[in-house]
Amino acid sequence: MAGTAIRGRLRWLLAEAAELVEETPEVRSIVLDAPGWPGHLPGQHVDIRLTAEDGYQAQRSYSIATPAEDERLTLTVERVPDGEASTYLLDELQIGDRFELRGPIGGYFVWTPEIGGPLLLIGAGSGIVPLMAMIRHRVRSQSSLPVHLLVSSRSWDQVIYRAELERLGSEGNDPRVVHTLTRTQPPGWTGYRRRVDREMIGEVAPPPMERPLCYVCGPTGFVEAVATSLVDLGHDPARVKTERFGPTGGNG
Amino acid sequence: MTKTPHHLDGNAVGGLLIEAFGREMTAARECCGECGSVRELGALLAYTRGPGEVLRCPDCGCVLLVAVRVAGRARVSARAVAWLEMP
Repeated sequence: MAGTAIRGRLRWLLAEAAELVEETPEVRSIVLDAPGWPGHLPGQHVDIRLTAEDGYQAQRSYSIATPAEDERLTLTVERVPDGEASTYLLDELQIGDRFELRGPIGGYFVWTPEIGGPLLLIGAGSGIVPLMAMIRHRVRSQSSLPVHLLVSSRSWDQVIYRAELERLGSEGNDPRVVHTLTRTQPPGWTGYRRRVDREMIGEVAPPPMERPLCYVCGPTGFVEAVATSLVDLGHDPARVKTERFGPTGGNG
Repeated sequence: MTKTPHHLDGNAVGGLLIEAFGREMTAARECCGECGSVRELGALLAYTRGPGEVLRCPDCGCVLLVAVRVAGRARVSARAVAWLEMP
């Protein structure tokens, strides 16, 4: 069916859960077979539509975690307290289950090597998902653009893609991965232990004169604080792109 | 400024905008008819908890676009947009 999608038009496809990965106790990655998927760019998202037996429908947006090269599509979903869609996707969804999906969506919060760099990626919680698609794409595309990732999590157990980030961070420090753990830290933790602030960004980020492209993703309050700090530090507002996470079209 | 801000950004409305315009729109640029600032639609503030999706200017706060679904079709009003430019 590939190639039958009309460019720029959205249509609902039927996707099937092929693999489930428990990233943390509250976060699950869903690897999908989506026949007819037209391909995507790192940073884009999909809309999904869940339909209950009685016909009730819920629609939500989720970021794509896989780089553009992957044939299968991976969504990473974080539990929203009392959120009907995330509760279903984390607790009920089984391999082989299907739901509707449309996309890819988004042309703004998108990165490919042609757009340039260096890249400064700052995420909180599941805000790392679209940033991870960019990192995975950068690693596979053999691009040599420097990448700096600053990721804020509540605790070490809640770091999404932790093993992969550890592996990436240990390979010649490229990409450079810096964690901050805002609530609890493991014994012997020597890293940051507070919310991302201007001082931290100043220590982690390339200097403004290198004109890094900044992608910031997380809850609204986090995104606004980080974007303000970046501009205060002298980064060009036109090179700061943000994606605020939150419930869309209802309660997560 | 509320303590727990509820707005997202224009990216969140990307699907409905494609329904309305037939193409990806979050990288399209608009000029605010109130204050003259130029932004990509993905960078506007989105308020998505009401019956329609509202996009506001981050600089002056005025309502730029309202997207709703009427009888199964997407409809966009854009009274305060001075111009819109496709990417």
